[in-house]
Amino acid sequence: MRKVHFKGVALPYLLLLPQLVITGLFFFWPAGQAVWQSFLREDAFGLSSEFIGFENFADVLSDPSWLEAAGRTLVFSASVAALALGAALFLAVQADKQIRGADTYKTLLIWPYAVAPALAAVLWLFMFHPNIGIFGRMLNAAGIAWDYKLDGDQAMLLIILASAWKQVSYNFIFFLAGLQSIPKSVLEAAAIDGARPLRRFWTVTFPLLSPTAFFLLVVNLVYAFFDTFGVIHSLTQGGPGKSTETLIYRVYTDGVMNLNLGSSAAQSVILMILVIGLTIVQFRYVERKVHY
Amino acid sequence: MATLALRDITKSFGATHVLHGVSLDVAEGEMIVIVGASGCGKSTLLRIVAGLETETSGAVVIGGQDVTGLEPADRDVAMVFQNYALYPHMSVFGNMAYGLKIRGLPKPEIERRVGEAARLLGIEALLERRPRQLSGGQRQRVAMGRAIVREPKLFLFDEPLSNLDAKLRVQMRAEIRRLQKRLGVTSLFVTHDQVEAMTLGDRLVVMHQGHAAQIATPMEIWAKPADTYVAGFIGSPAMNFIPATLGHGGHVATLAGGLALPMPGRMGTDGQGVTIGIRPEHLRPGMGGLEAVVELVEPLGSEAVLHARLADGSPLTARLPGILHGEGRLGLVLPLESLHIFDAASGRRLESAG
Repeated sequence: MRKVHFKGVALPYLLLLPQLVITGLFFFWPAGQAVWQSFLREDAFGLSSEFIGFENFADVLSDPSWLEAAGRTLVFSASVAALALGAALFLAVQADKQIRGADTYKTLLIWPYAVAPALAAVLWLFMFHPNIGIFGRMLNAAGIAWDYKLDGDQAMLLIILASAWKQVSYNFIFFLAGLQSIPKSVLEAAAIDGARPLRRFWTVTFPLLSPTAFFLLVVNLVYAFFDTFGVIHSLTQGGPGKSTETLIYRVYTDGVMNLNLGSSAAQSVILMILVIGLTIVQFRYVERKVHY
Repeated sequence: MATLALRDITKSFGATHVLHGVSLDVAEGEMIVIVGASGCGKSTLLRIVAGLETETSGAVVIGGQDVTGLEPADRDVAMVFQNYALYPHMSVFGNMAYGLKIRGLPKPEIERRVGEAARLLGIEALLERRPRQLSGGQRQRVAMGRAIVREPKLFLFDEPLSNLDAKLRVQMRAEIRRLQKRLGVTSLFVTHDQVEAMTLGDRLVVMHQGHAAQIATPMEIWAKPADTYVAGFIGSPAMNFIPATLGHGGHVATLAGGLALPMPGRMGTDGQGVTIGIRPEHLRPGMGGLEAVVELVEPLGSEAVLHARLADGSPLTARLPGILHGEGRLGLVLPLESLHIFDAASGRRLESAG
């Protein structure tokens, strides 16, 4: 990349200022407050607070229901990532073939990304609500007792589907770009070497896509951890019982509903550390491994 | 090792006709070079032989077996690509072993064959490297190695030397020829470079606008080009063309400047337009021929290329021995035995009819 040298320091700082202000105002300030709050215990009315060190963290990490939520989140995130990556890869491979109307097909596949999480949830609600959803009614008519408001596993399945669907578009774009950057002649060479299409995919295409896939895996996990609040809130509110309460939803329940701000803040900080960890892993891996 | 036969291959991409019926018979162990300007359909023809493109009509027969419609995998051919097309995620060994693994060869056999090919190409020290750690010439060798280990019926080369620098290109050219002779594998080699074509091929196929303009040995093509396209394409600097008209019962061609050239025989009817071709190296300085004005002299050491113009302004190139050539007026003689006569209308070569 071309380096530009500025004379003096005023202009560069001025140019950086908007970004710094936005990051400071909307990230460092609230994040700092969360960290500070995670060390405090506040009474329910917010009238008094005391410093209690790491007690909130100790409480959270030893709380069996938090650990359960953590396990649930792991299942949820892994399922969402696997489903979203698998579906996107399949669709991208299909879209990469020379087919009629490929452009239309690609455009349509990218659309779900433009749908807000809450709206995506409503879409899925209209499909799978046991009383008013098309598929919900069909399932019940077919003799399957489908009601995600009563059955925790069904509720989990539904939020996994809705969350994954929303992420497929994003993955699709990256996979498609990844596929298109694989030189055609390399695949032709494999064909002449005797590899059938399926074998070509697993021995040439997929290994060459693996940096993309790894990047997307991290992005998808982060998405499933944090960005699925809207989907869960609109569809199940963490219910029935606690069967769809993920860590991020629990932060909301404990903080906003139960007004346990200290614990909620501690939980956010734990999630923040998790994400920072994931990002570091990604950058280290990506920098070392991507360049073929 | 096998023979190859192409039967009237045509290819259209939609309304665009790329190949208009190309037929070719290749003997066992023969090296055929397909040469032509870009867009003449030479690469498409090669890809059809490989099975990477489907012909619109016609048949491809390898070793007596009609492989038309078969997948590349079922044709037992190996190809060296212009950009080498190495598998970037595999080591050099992995690249060369890939096709053998797919064929399910036992491991010791794979190692023996790869080792042998690596020795042959002088890349034994590179077997553990990745393609991106190799230079262009080394990649080229690996691509060759990948083709050799397969011991295929047919080698296909798609402009494999065009990404190399000039010196390496000459070196690899000789190496490819040596290897091909040693292994005796029937080969098709596509190039746009006429020097490559002349030096590599047992026979050449000169392609022009989807036709095989001429199929013959390099010397035959140089000595008796079938039409003005082939004549102008093969040879450097390119052949000079001068329009003329036949007279005296088709025995004399008269140039626009009035110069009358006796023909070796009756070339056609009186008044027929012909094109006289003369290679720059066949022109000799002297009187009683063409009067030209030399505009530019390119000294090449032992000889010089002269760019000149005739009285009517048409360009003429001459390659003369010696170094002492100045700009200005110059008389050039056309040795009659070195003339090529083409029909002006069709461009086809004319032979004397007695």
